[in-house]
Amino acid sequence: MPLVQQGLYHPEYEHDNCGAGFICSLEGKKSNDIIHKALEILEKLEHRGAVSADGKTGDGAGILIDIPHQFFADVCPFALPEPGQYAVANVFLPQKENQRSFCIEVVEKHLKGQGLHLLGWRNVPVNRSVPGRIAAETEPFIQQLFVGKADENQSISSFNLQLYIARKKAEHEIINSKLSQLGFFYIPSLSTKIIIFKGLLMPEDISLYYKDLQDSRVVTRLALVHQRFSTNTFPTWDLAQPFRYMCHNGEINTLRGNLARMRSREELMKSDLFGPDIKAILPIVLPGKSDSASMDMVVELLLMTGRSLPEVMMILVPEAWEKNDQMSSTKRAFYEFHSCMMEPWDGPASIPFTDGNYIGAVLDRNGLRPSRYSVTKDGYVIMSSETGVVDIAPENVAMHGRLEPGKMFLVNMEEGRIVNDEEIKESIAQKHPYSQWVAENLVHLRDIPYNDCPLFIGESSLEKRKSVFGYTLEDINSILGPMGKSGYEPIGSMGTDTPIAVLSDRPQLLYNYFKQLFAQVTNPPLDGIREEMITDISLTLGSDFNLFEVDPAHCRKLKIQNPVISKEDLDKIKNYGERPHFQVANLSMRYPIAQGHNGLENALAQLLEDAEKAVDNGQNIIILSDRYTNAEYAPIPALLATSYVNSGLQVRGKRSQLSLIVESAEPREVHHFALLFGYGASAINPYLVNEIIAEQIENGELTGITFEAAVENYNKAVGKGILKVMNKIGISTLNSYRGSQLFECIGLNTKTVDTYFPRTTTRIQGIGLYEIEKEIAKRHQNAFGTKEISASLDLEIGGEYRWRRDGEKHQFNPITVAKLQKAVRNNEPNTYKEYAQLINEQSKHLMTIRGLFEFSNFDPIPLEEVEPWTEIVKRFKTGAMSYGSISKEAHENLAIAMNRIGGKSNSGEGGENPERFYKTPEGDWKNSAIKQVASGRFGVTSNYLTNAAEIQIKMAQGAKPGEGGQLPGPKVDPEIAKTRNSTPYVGLISPPPHHDIYSIEDLSQLIYDLKSANREARINVKLVSEVGVGTVAAGVAKAKADVVLISGYDGGTGASPLTSLKHAGLPWELGVAEAQQTLVMNDLRNRIVLECDGQLKTGRDVAIACLLGAEEFGFATAPLVASGCIMMRVCHLNTCPVGVATQNPELRKKFKGQPEHVVNFMYFVAEELREIMAQLGFRTINEMVGQVQKLDRKKVIHHYKAAGIDLSPILHQVKVPHGTKVYNTQKQKHHIEESIEFSIIEKAHPALYRKEKMSLDFPIKNTDRAVGAIISNEISKNYGAQGLPDHTLKINFTGAAGQSFGAFATKGLTMVVNGTTNDYLGKGLSGAKLIVRIPEGSTLRPDQNVITGNVALYGATSGEAYINGKAGERFCVRNSGATAVVEGIGDHGLEYMTGGVAVILGAVGRNFGAGMSGGIAYVYDPNNTFKGLCKEPGLNLWDVDQAEDKVQLKSLIEQHYNATHSPLAQEILEAWEYELPKFIKVFPEEYRLALKRIEEETAATQV
Amino acid sequence: MEFDRVVESYIPVEERIKNYQEFTQPLPESALKDQGARCMNCGIPFCHSGCPLGNLIPDFNDAVYQGKWEKAAKILHATNNFPEFTGRLCPAPCEEACVLGINENPVSIENIEKSIAETAWAKGWIKPEPPQSRTGKTVAVVGSGPAGLAAAQQLNRAGHQVTVFERDSKAGGLLRFGIPDFKLDKSVIDRRIEVLIAEGIEFKTNVEIGVDIDALTLKSQYDAVVLCGGAAVRRGLTIPGAQLNGVIQAMDFLKGNNKSVSGELNTPPISAKGKHVIVIGGGDTGSDCIGTSIRHGALSVSNFEIMPQGTPERPAHQPWPFYPMRLKTSTSHKEGAERFFSISTKEFTGDAQGNLTGLKTVQVAWEQINGSMILKEVPGSEKIWKADLVLLAMGFTGSETKVAEQLGVTLDSRTNVQASEEDYKTNISGVFAAGDQRRGQSLIVWAISEGRQAAHYVDTYLMGSSCLPLKEAGDLPRV
Repeated sequence: MPLVQQGLYHPEYEHDNCGAGFICSLEGKKSNDIIHKALEILEKLEHRGAVSADGKTGDGAGILIDIPHQFFADVCPFALPEPGQYAVANVFLPQKENQRSFCIEVVEKHLKGQGLHLLGWRNVPVNRSVPGRIAAETEPFIQQLFVGKADENQSISSFNLQLYIARKKAEHEIINSKLSQLGFFYIPSLSTKIIIFKGLLMPEDISLYYKDLQDSRVVTRLALVHQRFSTNTFPTWDLAQPFRYMCHNGEINTLRGNLARMRSREELMKSDLFGPDIKAILPIVLPGKSDSASMDMVVELLLMTGRSLPEVMMILVPEAWEKNDQMSSTKRAFYEFHSCMMEPWDGPASIPFTDGNYIGAVLDRNGLRPSRYSVTKDGYVIMSSETGVVDIAPENVAMHGRLEPGKMFLVNMEEGRIVNDEEIKESIAQKHPYSQWVAENLVHLRDIPYNDCPLFIGESSLEKRKSVFGYTLEDINSILGPMGKSGYEPIGSMGTDTPIAVLSDRPQLLYNYFKQLFAQVTNPPLDGIREEMITDISLTLGSDFNLFEVDPAHCRKLKIQNPVISKEDLDKIKNYGERPHFQVANLSMRYPIAQGHNGLENALAQLLEDAEKAVDNGQNIIILSDRYTNAEYAPIPALLATSYVNSGLQVRGKRSQLSLIVESAEPREVHHFALLFGYGASAINPYLVNEIIAEQIENGELTGITFEAAVENYNKAVGKGILKVMNKIGISTLNSYRGSQLFECIGLNTKTVDTYFPRTTTRIQGIGLYEIEKEIAKRHQNAFGTKEISASLDLEIGGEYRWRRDGEKHQFNPITVAKLQKAVRNNEPNTYKEYAQLINEQSKHLMTIRGLFEFSNFDPIPLEEVEPWTEIVKRFKTGAMSYGSISKEAHENLAIAMNRIGGKSNSGEGGENPERFYKTPEGDWKNSAIKQVASGRFGVTSNYLTNAAEIQIKMAQGAKPGEGGQLPGPKVDPEIAKTRNSTPYVGLISPPPHHDIYSIEDLSQLIYDLKSANREARINVKLVSEVGVGTVAAGVAKAKADVVLISGYDGGTGASPLTSLKHAGLPWELGVAEAQQTLVMNDLRNRIVLECDGQLKTGRDVAIACLLGAEEFGFATAPLVASGCIMMRVCHLNTCPVGVATQNPELRKKFKGQPEHVVNFMYFVAEELREIMAQLGFRTINEMVGQVQKLDRKKVIHHYKAAGIDLSPILHQVKVPHGTKVYNTQKQKHHIEESIEFSIIEKAHPALYRKEKMSLDFPIKNTDRAVGAIISNEISKNYGAQGLPDHTLKINFTGAAGQSFGAFATKGLTMVVNGTTNDYLGKGLSGAKLIVRIPEGSTLRPDQNVITGNVALYGATSGEAYINGKAGERFCVRNSGATAVVEGIGDHGLEYMTGGVAVILGAVGRNFGAGMSGGIAYVYDPNNTFKGLCKEPGLNLWDVDQAEDKVQLKSLIEQHYNATHSPLAQEILEAWEYELPKFIKVFPEEYRLALKRIEEETAATQV
Repeated sequence: MEFDRVVESYIPVEERIKNYQEFTQPLPESALKDQGARCMNCGIPFCHSGCPLGNLIPDFNDAVYQGKWEKAAKILHATNNFPEFTGRLCPAPCEEACVLGINENPVSIENIEKSIAETAWAKGWIKPEPPQSRTGKTVAVVGSGPAGLAAAQQLNRAGHQVTVFERDSKAGGLLRFGIPDFKLDKSVIDRRIEVLIAEGIEFKTNVEIGVDIDALTLKSQYDAVVLCGGAAVRRGLTIPGAQLNGVIQAMDFLKGNNKSVSGELNTPPISAKGKHVIVIGGGDTGSDCIGTSIRHGALSVSNFEIMPQGTPERPAHQPWPFYPMRLKTSTSHKEGAERFFSISTKEFTGDAQGNLTGLKTVQVAWEQINGSMILKEVPGSEKIWKADLVLLAMGFTGSETKVAEQLGVTLDSRTNVQASEEDYKTNISGVFAAGDQRRGQSLIVWAISEGRQAAHYVDTYLMGSSCLPLKEAGDLPRV
């Protein structure tokens, strides 16, 4: 049974990712061998799955095959009709016999109800000793069900329909039955074509468990297989894959929105085929299922509407068509039409699918999951997440291919051929005149003419309205002004140390009680700037239409390109009367202030009534407006009204018939808009912002811009901001984001949330509608109620982002900063105590959740018995701040201090100067014990990793989770460039995602890679607190990280959009407690160290973190303040006046910090902690970890908002068997010792230790991963960054290399693969030479075949790679120094590249060179297509006409030929003069300027 | 930093000592903009905390930088009723807390403040703004120094009928009679009082509460009483010869002089002309005595300070941003006084007529014993000085107690009126205290701040709630 919600753990946040694949016979020949091969695929993908704490329970695996008719005919004790004339299922049933009979009866009843014929049940022979302990607890009783047609003449489609209805009805009845074992019941499939064998099994155990699979009479043409990696350890049997029509590797990020919208669509479903039964199959998507299972249920429904499986896949997983000008107009029209009907099911997804006739696969628009396929000459097609999963002799290979982003491929076994994407889609797109339908029905807002804008006579004054809607001077000056001026959201720095909304004394807008969710680990955030082509923020408004009908009515919609609209745009909509399909209703979002809470509640109810009436009147665009707020009427918070109407109409079954437009004075920040869209709005006019911009222009505060342009800028800035918010959670289109509710509440009570924001998580309770009204009333009072006091400011000053005395409270304020600095500089323990007291004493001014706790259950012991401070500080760390974001002086100061006390400093993501790896003559050590590996991979080399005590993978950062970063060119001075292995003055981008982590099994892979690169170092995974972080932490533990860090949302940053600083992520109190609870629940806690950071400032903070479950502690802002930081919050401007966060040499001189200051701080904190430990009775930190019974809620707090907070979920103690460890006691088993590299090292001693040249031969398999990393680690240990002389050790491999081949491979190594390689070839390449070439015996033409996977040479810093074939997506991403030759690449090639050279002797995909700021590419473009695919404005596309370029290019091609014997290289070289003009040199302008500057500077120094 | 700090310059000494006029040279607008530009819009503006009024310094600096003087004036007046006073007289703790001050010269905040205020006066932006409605409540404010004036203006803004009682001939308290005109021209006070009168505040001068009107009677006539009588009890020197002619309290000296400058008297009652003057006390009042003596035409002016000579740098125990005790040289010092530190006067000597002829001093050293600083005389360091006039400028010890006694108000150990910063209430319902009378002798910014804060609580007392602004916590403590 799945675990129920407890404490902070919510089961709906579990994620899964996986390995998937299929094998089929091209010609549809049945064999038993296919099953063996399919199971072989699963076994070879085992490293992509995970194992639970019992060491035996997998997260689920399964196989889908044709119905083995002959076998069933033989073994069934009853007669079977002809193949295809009956359906069969493996049915999961309760173990308890009484409950089982009930289920069987229900199933039989509904089959009968549909007139179907029960043929019989067969007990499925299984070996019950196979499943692990955990799996055995939920193991169902499995029986095979055989069903015959109603009568002989029944058509197959009608048979299928009836099977579907019967199954759905049975499912619904049993789910609603309240059986204690109802969770066991599940029908994996009920098909006339295929059958599924799956379970909570390890891949190798499937055929051991299901004895049927061992029978040689079981034959099939196709087999779909899947192996699951779930973040949690409560996976269930039913969620194992494949599902009925598909399996899925990835994660559907948009699931919540999709499900909500599906529920709405159910209102309109009508079908002659179903008749009244249609209501009985609702809801289509059963609750509590995984994203993949849910999607499968929708696929199934759409198939029932008569659409084909490929068509359904096109609708659900459309290509990125919106910005693709090369797409055919028929296909565009198909997609545009269907975008009005269905939003994309978006997210990383590689989806193999089959309906038993076709087998195929589709890849999401981002191409974020690997999907490789091979066709053999003996007639098999094998598709899988990795290549090499089935052994194929080289001479048997007919083709190696890969699925491209947004593309689909199908095996037509009837015709014995592979149907390509173009052919499938064109034929589907031509089925109906979609172009015509769209042209005739879809209206674009931009095409509607402007009309005379009505004025709003009688509105209250602007000042009063600003006041009632809570605008502050800071809002206007720091947010609205800059957005209007520049079109960008303003940037801030440092963290946030203001109270969360529910603890603030100031009236807060409702938006502030919501936090944005973001992607970490299980799905990647996106980069909407550099990968803009896959994003879209347009929305369509109007009524939805019955899914069962293919009708132009679906696209009778109004399309808005950027749904943040001006007043003038809104006027257009209001007065648009040309078409009868758009009927606008205006509803007022106001309530009579005199009636208070009741008035608000009634007004909301009335609003919903009115909306429903409007729908009933046929009005389908409803404008919710808070115009005419005045002394009598206060505004209903727009979010409250929008969400309530949205969800209320959903409940009433009327939501799909209308769209909501919000006309409100309230929204001003990006976060506000994101929330309104997230809760159902389709367009928003922030009219007061428009008016304020007008006022600012009039007053001369906003100059040099017209009103229209400023409003346009503002709207654009919000649009971009929303894109960023969506991208954070990995969503590409606003259409999918709308209504998805990807937020968590903090500080609202369940009653209010359930009523107004159903299905949103809120975990610590808080205020309700009553207090919300009180806050509105307070603002209303300020605006309309009070006397005019002269000489007062009209608006409040603000103080959210910068401290102001009368503004919001900040923990770091003049007094606390001053006292802390005085304490550490003069070594004054008493002054520290005063500082700590100011931070800790929050009885009067609530600041943090931890402030609400008090210690209890005292059991005092003498202070001397507590472990000494010198022991405690070993658990202390400083935060990840890169050299680059802070100055050299500040960075080294922290490192020296932490090394002195045995704590750990963190390099941040900027690399580290190798000089710092060695101690200074004075005995100090500037080496950062923790080396960070972030998405930019700056300076990440074998040597860097080798010198780490701990390696931290930064999945997210508290200040801006889900976002990347940027170090602009001017800041990259030569020294920083050296440290980061990049070119001076060339800007550096950290992408939002790690391009080698799109899912949990990828993280597991990176951990393996890094562990290979340094076996001594602990691997630390940094996460940010949000709901569900506990399950992610469990996944991280299963992925074998040694440490998991939970950061609070409030941590610092060098630069972040203001929205992210405040509104994404949660305080660590929730994250740490959730992680602790989930890890303990899973019995995984002992395997991993739990660390906490995020505005830790005092010993009391540490004590609370420890009691909640943390055992190591990070500090960043506080030690910086100790070093002299005075919270200027200008880190992003390079103007730090105290030399902390600046690279300006003059300003750096002003740095006055000393290691002693940091040491004193750590000492004071540890001593304060020791005093608390003594009071509570803990002698060691280990004793203290997770002892939540020592915490209690403070009783003395009287605060009208905080009073409703319920901390018990944080203090929840998970019930576990006695003796379960709640802190780290054992090490992870990484199985590094099983690597083939050790046998290589054994033979390579002469090379490795005596620098003798030698060559070795080894076979290789896809399960041999990260090969080269361990050897390189050995080389780095002995020879440092210099490595070995070139070509000292050459290793020839034959076979299919596993992922990360050549990862961090260093100088002196040459590694050759004769065969194929998988993803991440040459990741972090550090000087080695890699060669991948087609094996001997192969007849393939290399340049037409895919030989390596995605994301090759990610973050490579030096070295060479020669690739004799095509590579996948994101080739050379973030390459900063390696040289590569390849014969064709996929989309997003050379993304974010900053240095190095790439020669591409073949086609490139779309979006070539996005964010490429440095390095050079030579692209062979014989067909003149390149310029259509490379549209980056910053790239120069030149002919190769400079002598030195010609020499470089030719020599690289020659080397490629020498390494690989590439026929293509040979051909080019043979006709060099003829071929040369077909090359294009790609030369980033920024790089060109940088090289020029370096040249000038070198010349100057030589003079 | 693009610009360096610039502050107002002064008319040369030889010129300025010829009269009692203010001698600062206002900065041109362009220079002020540059100075405004030096403000860094700090993430934590420590100045804002260093200022006891909580002035919104970064905000008005930015407005000045943008040339938006009216906006600047509005921001400034939102926290400070009388920036033209503080812009002249405040020792500017804000500048000590300025972030630039960590390693550069701080922003010239005070000059900017003064310029904003003067620009606002010059442009006519400061005009009477009587309240839109009256509450019908009456408040008596006793004392017309900066605390009293601030309290009165705030309470009047809230709609109460305010009467200010002043025992002297004109309103202004120490501002008018304690501060020489060369530091604060009295027309600056007059124009402000005119505005206050026009806003509806009634001033009753030459009325001493407790003498002319019994305090209890006053209390019975008003809905609330705010005591802003200052810390008027001067510290004396109880040593032999203190009764001699020529040993004068600084306040008597300065007040007389101010009355002569204003024309109320024809000549200063006490003149330093042709005399050897010794000013005891190294504070601001001491400086005022020096400047006045020099303008009288003293033969010599010496200044004694019992504390050791400070350094221009901050002492280690008072690091930035805390207010440091360091050597300050006032404009008056520069006009020709000799300064002596660690010096203690033992005895005044006089002639047979009882006139002062000189004094005896001893050098002192401060030693830290058991955590407190103990004064020790340095053996053999005695010295005799010639002096015709000694001015005692050693501060004030507490408030006058007459009114308090009549009302039954509790005093603290320093004879100040006991009332907490939480609500400024005395033990007697309806009686409030603010400024030096509550706090003990302090700075003018503190006086204004107290007047404002107290007004909020008086308003709350009268009306149940108050819309008057309240400064929130966050004052940098003294260390």
